[in-house]
Amino acid sequence: MALEEKDVAKIAHLARLQVTDAELSAVASRLSTILNLIEQLQAAPTDGIEPMAHPMDAVQRLRPDAVTESNQRDAYQKIAPAVEDGLYLVPKVIE
Amino acid sequence: MHDKTLKQLADALAARQISSVELTGLYLDRIKRFDPQLNSFITVTESQALAQAAAADAARAAGKAVALTGVPIAHKDIFCTQGVKTSCASKMLDNFIAPYNATVVEKMNAAGLVMLGKTNMDEFAMGSSNESSFYGPVKNPWNTAFVPGGSSGGSAAAVAARLAPAATGTDTGGSIRQPASLCGITGLKPTYGRVSRWGMIAFASSLDQGGPMAQTAEDAALLLNVMAGFDPKDSTSTHIDVPDYTATLNDSIEGLRIGLPKEFFGEGLDADVEQCVRDAIREYEKLGAKVVEISLPNTHLSIPAYYVVAPAEASSNLSRFDGVRFGYRCNDPENLEALYKRSRGEGFGEEVKRRILIGTYALSAGYYDAYYLKAQKVRRLIKNDFDAAFANVDVIMGPTAPHAGFKLGEKAANPVALYLSDIYTIAVNMAGLPGLSLPAGQSNGLPVGLQIIGKHFAEARLLNVAHRFQQATDWHLQIPAAFA
Amino acid sequence: MQWEAVIGLEVHVQLSTQSKIFSGSANKFGAEPNTQASLIDLGMPGVLPVLNEDAVQKAIKFGLGINADIAPRSVFARKNYFYPDLPKGYQISQFELPVVGKGFIDITLDDGSTKRIGVTRAHLEEDAGKSLHEDFHGMSGIDLNRAGTPLLEIVSEPDMRSAEEAVAYLKAIHSIIRYLDISDGNMAEGSMRCDCNVSVRLKGEEKFGTRREVKNVNSFRFVEKAIKTEIQWQIDELESGRKIQQCTVLYDPAKNETRAMRSKEEANDYRYFPDPDLLPLEVSEDMINRVRAHLPELPAQKIERFMGELELSDYDARVLVADRAVADYFEQVVAESGAKPKMAANWVSVELLGALNKNDLSIEQSPVSATQLAGLIKRIVDNTISGKIAKQVFEELWASGGTADSIIDSKGLKQETDTGAIETIVDQVIASSPDQVAQYLAADEGKRKKLVGYFVGQIMKLSKGKANPQMVNDILARKLV
Repeated sequence: MALEEKDVAKIAHLARLQVTDAELSAVASRLSTILNLIEQLQAAPTDGIEPMAHPMDAVQRLRPDAVTESNQRDAYQKIAPAVEDGLYLVPKVIE
Repeated sequence: MHDKTLKQLADALAARQISSVELTGLYLDRIKRFDPQLNSFITVTESQALAQAAAADAARAAGKAVALTGVPIAHKDIFCTQGVKTSCASKMLDNFIAPYNATVVEKMNAAGLVMLGKTNMDEFAMGSSNESSFYGPVKNPWNTAFVPGGSSGGSAAAVAARLAPAATGTDTGGSIRQPASLCGITGLKPTYGRVSRWGMIAFASSLDQGGPMAQTAEDAALLLNVMAGFDPKDSTSTHIDVPDYTATLNDSIEGLRIGLPKEFFGEGLDADVEQCVRDAIREYEKLGAKVVEISLPNTHLSIPAYYVVAPAEASSNLSRFDGVRFGYRCNDPENLEALYKRSRGEGFGEEVKRRILIGTYALSAGYYDAYYLKAQKVRRLIKNDFDAAFANVDVIMGPTAPHAGFKLGEKAANPVALYLSDIYTIAVNMAGLPGLSLPAGQSNGLPVGLQIIGKHFAEARLLNVAHRFQQATDWHLQIPAAFA
Repeated sequence: MQWEAVIGLEVHVQLSTQSKIFSGSANKFGAEPNTQASLIDLGMPGVLPVLNEDAVQKAIKFGLGINADIAPRSVFARKNYFYPDLPKGYQISQFELPVVGKGFIDITLDDGSTKRIGVTRAHLEEDAGKSLHEDFHGMSGIDLNRAGTPLLEIVSEPDMRSAEEAVAYLKAIHSIIRYLDISDGNMAEGSMRCDCNVSVRLKGEEKFGTRREVKNVNSFRFVEKAIKTEIQWQIDELESGRKIQQCTVLYDPAKNETRAMRSKEEANDYRYFPDPDLLPLEVSEDMINRVRAHLPELPAQKIERFMGELELSDYDARVLVADRAVADYFEQVVAESGAKPKMAANWVSVELLGALNKNDLSIEQSPVSATQLAGLIKRIVDNTISGKIAKQVFEELWASGGTADSIIDSKGLKQETDTGAIETIVDQVIASSPDQVAQYLAADEGKRKKLVGYFVGQIMKLSKGKANPQMVNDILARKLV
């Protein structure tokens, strides 16, 4: 299975990764090599096989509803790229 | 002192033959002297280490020392360490001072271990050669032209060169076992759910597992005693008791049924490696074990399935690196989309981006069933293979890696060739089983690892089986000459 | 042409747990920005979610409240997209296997008719944070306090045909969540939010038209206006020969118009997959039974009981039951006053709700408590005061507080029931009104009934309204011969 440049552009956008037009063809060919490897899956007979999302056959444990966290804003925002008035700043969000 | 095992160091500390401050200083000196050749550390936490060592000595003086109080250790730079840079070997987190400790780190601190620093790795644990690190590749101490394996290559190289007596690692598709094999140390990937993932930066959540990387099975047992256990902060952590892994190390292995999967000895396996593994098996037979040929017929599908499942989970796990709350942010983004695309495009390395793209593709509309769902089904086939095999055998043995190692840059141009070096380890993660690699010979001066795979939560058995081998052989005591 | 609207609602309800759905942060409205955002809520590297038990129980409660199936096994999935208020780059939600399956809600329309609206599913998920679009030098500010608040998303079938039906459905959900005490339902604070899927088609047509989704409408009134506006817009488009493009729109209350959103218009590909950090949620029969055992009486059951046991009219029952706090207030008044339910109902729905409405207060903010009102009604029942005086006492209670008894006492409003005292006043009035007495005696039976009013009025005036009206009538009848 070969990926085309437009496929790469689409998934790069979905993944919010900058891939320049100049890089597209090289990325597409590398990804296609990996997809060829993955393609071997298609030959596996899996009719009636239940998909396995977790290695262990366990169920979700529930946490008692209690507040265990206190305000750590200063510590957590010390490592933030841009904050003001306790808010994280990003280029304007347009709705 | 540096040629001593973790156990011997703990005994020396307990006998007050040396203080933790002296011992810590000794290793810090070795790191200063030797690590420029290896690049196994990203961060050396000298002052914190000496402070921790002083506290350990004080605890001992106060009669409050426990088994590993004052013993130095290194952590893979994937475990969050409060107040210390936690980079995952990525430019994305080059400025990330973790605001909290991983549970593994917390447990190690509580047990009095001294952190020497944070070890180098493949970026976000994606790689098998430690060449994808933002901080440059790690060299194999046995031959610095060779890779140490990955992704826990820094931990493996540091332990092999005795720059640290032991280290932590993580294993998503072989990242503890394969570098342990290539560097000639003992590494254990525990059962999925045995060691908490809280604070261990996620690569592929359903496959990741932390574990010890040490000189001997006995050392690994001592470390696992500290690392393992239920963690209420990790929903996938298993709530079953942790045995004392050292208590059963010397149990007899008379009558042990060893399964040898025929798929592990086929095409692609280096002849020297096969010879070492066969020799090791013969040693086990001498110790009373019985060998049974078995089949894991879906082994060949484990790599394709893994390269869907792991990238799919990774593509989602790594979405949080967006330049908003922590980590790398590009300069002067012109708008929100540019903030995302440039921060991520500039912050992630090539292999990481490649896997994010593959994972995004495998989950995207129209491909989910053909890739992701199909891989999940194959994952069950792989697990079923193991279930069937373990009906007749106690452990499964084979090579850890198909080769003794390869040169830096040798597989850089071909990611798929690199992926294939995890052929014998990946299936174990897919099934959530414990697996261990121990040194079992050498090929052209490079160590060769034997892999032992156990049933779920059979870590004690694996360590016992490995320990008995190490009682009878001395491969694990070999130190690369340049660092002896 | 005859057009018909087809409406389905997606209602997001914030569950009133103490802590967030996957972290131990406080789940409270109105804190300083990012002071309720923990490592988990911020999506820090290495953190993991653990599911809040109470959020699950509240979801089950809702499911039982709408007669729905509770899934014995449901799965949390990741919905992947980038947005600054979404810290992890994915929202933990439920996709293929939601915790609550098919159910229904019966709604009552203004004409008294009822209609059954199907609920397709309800699932648990985490709320996102908020982007504040104030001017930070051309930047937006992100507050993640709300990130991780437990949400129940309730998805209806496209069963509604008018804005009025949609509002009735929304009000029914509001009433149910308040009865179940799973959310405060405060729409102004965003505890309950609504997305409306609207399409139109020619009447009689079986196929649905292309729908547009009106996002985030935040009051009952706006839901009604937004849907009406959207329906009209779609009809106008179709009648002008244009086609409807499927998209997401925002309702602008100031301009009363719906307009397509700019940012989320790209075709979304959310790449849902099971969250590997969370295991499948199993809900046992036992857990369901435990929740069921603590299920309160729901609006429909309460209306039935009020009409049956308490003999209230359908109208009274609905007025009182609509808000759980009003129904509780009413029942307390009945219990404490010993009055006939009909009388208590009149006092609550006419006097109390009237006064609350006039002053724009909720029942929780009422200056007159149920105990105070019961104390007042008790004095009507035992003839201490008349109904007319009671209204005066109610006004006093509303304005200055205290108890009905203290007001009756201090203002001397107690009804006069002493025969001798009333006779004295009656005699006095008869003596001072010879002309009226003569007129009365000369009149026939029919006219007398009118003329007697003069005497009653004079007696009441002299007694300052306190003479028992029945006794006044009796004594007058006896004396005027």
